[in-house]
Amino acid sequence: MPVAQVEKLTARSFASDIQPDWCPGCGDFGIINAVRQALAELQIPPHMVAIVSGIGCSGKAPHYITTYGFHTLHGRALPVATGLKLANGEVTVLAMGGDGDGYGIGAGYFVNTGRRNLDITYIVFNNGVYGLTKGQASPTQIKGQQTKSMAEPAIQDAINPIGLALSAGYTFVARAYAMDPRGLAKILVEAISHRGTAYIDVLQPCPVYNDINTMEWFSGRDRDPRVPRVYDVASEGHEPKVQDPGDAEEIVAKKQKALQFSFAWGDRIPIGTFFQLEQPAYDDIMFSRWPEETDTTTSMYKRATPGQDISAVVDRLR
Amino acid sequence: MNGNVSRASFTQNRLSWMIGGPQGSGINVSAEVFAKACLRFGLNVFANIEYHSNIMGRHSFFRVRISENEIHSHVEPVDLLLALDRETIFGDVDAPFQTHNGHIHRISPGGGLIVDSELDIDPEELGRDDIHIYSLPYEQVLREGVARAGVQFQARRHDIMRNMVSVAASFALVGLDTEPIIAILRERLGERRASLVDLNASVIEVTHGYMHSLLEEPFGPTLTPAPADGRPHRALVRGAEAVALGKLHAGCSFQTYYPIAPATEESVFLERIQSEFPIVVLQAEDEIACINQAVGAAFGGARAATSTAGPGFALMLEGLGLAAITETPGPVVCLYQRGGPSTGLPTRGGQTDLSLALQPGHGEFPHIVVAPGDLQECFDLTFEAFNWGDEYQLPVVVLLDRHLANSNWSVDGLEVDHLQVRSGPRYEPLNGNGKFERHEVTESGVSPRSVPGEPGGEFVTTSDEHTTYGKISESIENRMEQMEKRMRKLDTIAAEVPERLRYELHGDPEAEFTVVAWGSTKGSIRDALASLGRRGISANYLQIRMLRPFPAEGVTRVLSEAKNLILVEDNFTGQLGRLISAETGISIENRVLKYDGRPFSQTEVEHGVERHIAGGVGRLVLSHP
Repeated sequence: MPVAQVEKLTARSFASDIQPDWCPGCGDFGIINAVRQALAELQIPPHMVAIVSGIGCSGKAPHYITTYGFHTLHGRALPVATGLKLANGEVTVLAMGGDGDGYGIGAGYFVNTGRRNLDITYIVFNNGVYGLTKGQASPTQIKGQQTKSMAEPAIQDAINPIGLALSAGYTFVARAYAMDPRGLAKILVEAISHRGTAYIDVLQPCPVYNDINTMEWFSGRDRDPRVPRVYDVASEGHEPKVQDPGDAEEIVAKKQKALQFSFAWGDRIPIGTFFQLEQPAYDDIMFSRWPEETDTTTSMYKRATPGQDISAVVDRLR
Repeated sequence: MNGNVSRASFTQNRLSWMIGGPQGSGINVSAEVFAKACLRFGLNVFANIEYHSNIMGRHSFFRVRISENEIHSHVEPVDLLLALDRETIFGDVDAPFQTHNGHIHRISPGGGLIVDSELDIDPEELGRDDIHIYSLPYEQVLREGVARAGVQFQARRHDIMRNMVSVAASFALVGLDTEPIIAILRERLGERRASLVDLNASVIEVTHGYMHSLLEEPFGPTLTPAPADGRPHRALVRGAEAVALGKLHAGCSFQTYYPIAPATEESVFLERIQSEFPIVVLQAEDEIACINQAVGAAFGGARAATSTAGPGFALMLEGLGLAAITETPGPVVCLYQRGGPSTGLPTRGGQTDLSLALQPGHGEFPHIVVAPGDLQECFDLTFEAFNWGDEYQLPVVVLLDRHLANSNWSVDGLEVDHLQVRSGPRYEPLNGNGKFERHEVTESGVSPRSVPGEPGGEFVTTSDEHTTYGKISESIENRMEQMEKRMRKLDTIAAEVPERLRYELHGDPEAEFTVVAWGSTKGSIRDALASLGRRGISANYLQIRMLRPFPAEGVTRVLSEAKNLILVEDNFTGQLGRLISAETGISIENRVLKYDGRPFSQTEVEHGVERHIAGGVGRLVLSHP
């Protein structure tokens, strides 16, 4: 049978003709570039990808990528992505949102999505501020720190999102830096390929409202010697992947090590993959409910037939 | 035995039966087996339960009404009461604040009371010399039954069979033979536990015999089985089950829920059978997750649904707006009303959320609200809800309540032949790569849609106001166009959905009185009007099923032609009355309202309507006696 020549997908194949309305110097550009690169590298055609986003500057990301896109509500990207994936398992689902979206208003979904381990990827655009509402402190803003847009220094503590993700049960936990799109794209390829929920916290500057965690600050250009604050956690010998998923002790040990790295902030900030565990995803367990089913599509909506017969169930109630 | 008890007042082949006791004592099992066994004799059944928000100990009771004729409601008088504790008889008289008076006063003259002789009830303290009192030694019959089966009695293991003692004793009094009880147990317990069935059978036989020995004269109300030849093999179905089955028949492949009374039952029913159907039932972390997961699934191509009660629905509002502005097909949201506000009366009922369901969120958007009134309508309207979701791409609220959810109806089956699957417009893969005009402005307001995975159908949509291509836009012209396009769907629905489905005038169109109502009051109203009719009082009943878009034209016509209007609602403010007034300009002054958290019985509707017939009394409030 002749094989049709399929045009090789490039990052450009995923670039929509809408101009982003993000501010110059925003980390969001780096993130969508990395997403396009990763999808191109994985050669997933645009129609087989759905990107679900929350509200905020980051929420606009799907408008700039040519896949299916659903720009939803503040904090609700994960529930929408969950429903979408369970209904339409053939499609690669990426969820995106900001730190306020994911760790503040959406914190409950952040925790419970980790617990569920559905086969989706969640990317958090983490810049420490609520940009679109003009710079209020987000849940990752450090206590005592005051950006120029804040009325007073933060008097609530910041959460540790990586630590929270580890506790919640995410099976792929990573952090990346938006100004290193190549590094981010590499992690994204691993994350999307990971079977289970993959979570990536992406550090990024907000050039308008966060005058503390700036690009200069992340890259260490504000200090002498000019050593970047972000560094690859692998360079310190961290091996994130659990070798024997049946070994509960190894899982705990790997998580403890990852947790230790997750508390580092300030002078040295680890990025890279913190933790990875291969275990059956929610989807796998779900589909094992129908072992005899001959229709093996992972898109539930294709399995169901409107008008299907229910008389056997009624008969049981006689 | 009481000398002045007569049996003259009973019409044959009708019985109102009640069992009461502490929550967790197994009254549900007794009632369900009793109801189902009556069903096997070809009789009609309507059964419902009242219970506290409590796991164990608080008073609950189950009513089963049996008749050879079709019935759709419960009545206040009880012909046979089984009291498992003193509270069932007298109320919680020992509590610091008494909350109810028990049920002894409900027993109809000539009716009966079965009590465990261990409760040591002195007939004098009952204050009823017009009823039969049967003191039944539960433990004695239990021990004897177990012994006859050749088994050593162990209270811990065998006490559970007290439930069957109650059923067998009732059957002895009403003159039914116990075979179906044993058949039902055999089905419930299965062949593997056949010895347990035999043990129960022995206890049932001893109980039946004991009760017969007590009968000096036949008990008043007796039941006669339908002729064995051609006896219908009916099913006993609960409202929540009919909704679940409506979903399955509609091809719903995705359901979410967060545990909440009285909505959970539907989802748990679906969970139990999900391995037999292509459906995912997901227990989410909260109701905000539930609605958004359902919206995501609808976007992803599924016929998707979620079920909740008032408190959960209050959390879902922003998600309904999301579905409406992004024009997802559905989801279908089943709202089981309970007594609010706030936590309110978690396990009690009411029709209190109509106004909320009509405006479920901020901003203005189209959606559908329908309210089933009985079992078949629970099934039909849930099924149709998915069709409408597909056809009009908006959320659909099926407005149910605790009474519908927890009531049991005997039915020949669920009728399916009149139901047809319909779907909405789908995209033609012409444009490709982001050029698909997902929110294209059309005459009907509905635009073709694609599903992720379909090549060329790629689009982005957003909760922001957007262009026809789904791009964020704050342009005035675009805003006007998109608002008008979306809102136009309501006109399309009004034009396309058959009138007979949206509202129905039951009974003689020329009747002197017209009862106006919606939702779960239907059964009690139908039975009450039939009863009034037998007494020569002519009244009909306007049932409104579609609350949005409201069938204003048809309802105005019916109301204008009606002679006297009486509004019946299970709420404080008369929410349908307000809607009718807003939509038709007709204000209904004579009302029968109730907000005690308990459903209308046939008796109450009859009483309320009669009061108005005797002379309009304006706002009449009833509460459960």
